[in-house]
Amino acid sequence: MFKTFIIGLVLGVLAMAGALYALPLVDQQREHSLVSVATNGGNLESLYINVPADRILARQPGQSSLLPDMLDWPGAELLQPVGVELYRIRNERGVVIGVASQNWEVGATSTDWLLHFPARGSQLISVQAKATLNGARRGDLRAGSREFANRRGSVAVRWVPDDSADQGVASGRIEMLTNYVGQVNRQ
Amino acid sequence: MMKYIISLLLGLLCGVALFVVALLNNPFVADRTLSPLSDGDTAVISLSYTAVPAKSIAFTNSGDARLQPHPKGIRLLREGTVELTDVMVTEMRDARGQTAGIGVKFSSRSERTNLLRGEALVDSAWYVHLPGRGSLFVEQSENYWQFIRNVLVPAYRNSANSWKGTWFGDLSAGPGALGVARATGVGGSLLGQSMAAVESLSVQAYSTDKGPVSAEGRLLIELPSAEPPSDDVAAID
Repeated sequence: MFKTFIIGLVLGVLAMAGALYALPLVDQQREHSLVSVATNGGNLESLYINVPADRILARQPGQSSLLPDMLDWPGAELLQPVGVELYRIRNERGVVIGVASQNWEVGATSTDWLLHFPARGSQLISVQAKATLNGARRGDLRAGSREFANRRGSVAVRWVPDDSADQGVASGRIEMLTNYVGQVNRQ
Repeated sequence: MMKYIISLLLGLLCGVALFVVALLNNPFVADRTLSPLSDGDTAVISLSYTAVPAKSIAFTNSGDARLQPHPKGIRLLREGTVELTDVMVTEMRDARGQTAGIGVKFSSRSERTNLLRGEALVDSAWYVHLPGRGSLFVEQSENYWQFIRNVLVPAYRNSANSWKGTWFGDLSAGPGALGVARATGVGGSLLGQSMAAVESLSVQAYSTDKGPVSAEGRLLIELPSAEPPSDDVAAID
């Protein structure tokens, strides 16, 4: 009987070690990447944010309305001109694939976007405040992690209003078209 | 026959328990006691923030985790692709405790987690905006194994399901050399600068129901040597 106990003991240790070795403790859900190749090089990917459905948090300088209503913005004077918005971000099929934050300061010439895709990595994009002739604002990839660590490229950000929505409520979608190319020896 | 089955099952249970004890006391997984940035006279930006979600400006996740979203009514991350992700917006304070800026942190549980090697990893990205100074992007993997071993497990073992004490540890575990995080200046006077950073956590009280009750995080960013120290820059002793 003692031998059986020892066999069980060894089996228990081996089973736990085997399970921890073989079974993934974290399994991020993935969506197929919808990436196409640009004519003159680079990988194109379209990303979307539906406003207001995908908005998680909104704090805009000079506006009293906050999302959520209970948001308590710090009273420090230094932070009064700072704006932050958080969103869920979708791929071309409309499936949520990550989260994003838009950050700016009153009077700045650019807005910073931090995009985070749990299964792929993060990217930091600086987008010019002034729109070009076609209505899009141009941005540049400033930094990235994991899949985006050795990339460089540009982003076109466009606001497409939804004219059928209720008046007085900003409604529409933010479209982002990224064009990135791999880069060797970025560091 | 029955006594052999019971004996085998008891052995299995004891084997599992023995493995868990050995895993938590694995002598080959060393606690990093010295910050890789504390070796030198380089200037650093020291930023602290509350690590208690209820004291941050905003915190959200899937809603199923131990850490509860804040404030009330904030939208949850229910979709499968983001349900293992936490989002935090917090006030950043300088070394003197004054407001220095705003920080946005996205963190997702990492698929590279391997408890056999003492790695409970989280992939995270920070955007830190310091008005009047510039903006930073910090990318890193964080290892919560020492936190689990020294705070979380003792809290579960405590009959009151809580832990009180003092625990301090570095969370950063790459991708830079010596396990430092990689910081990039993306605006203002920091634009274009590549820097090393370390995030650490200091916990005084933890509850298994609510998560951290008293805890503070710190981001230490090593400035390039050409950057002159300013008022909110402190050299590490």
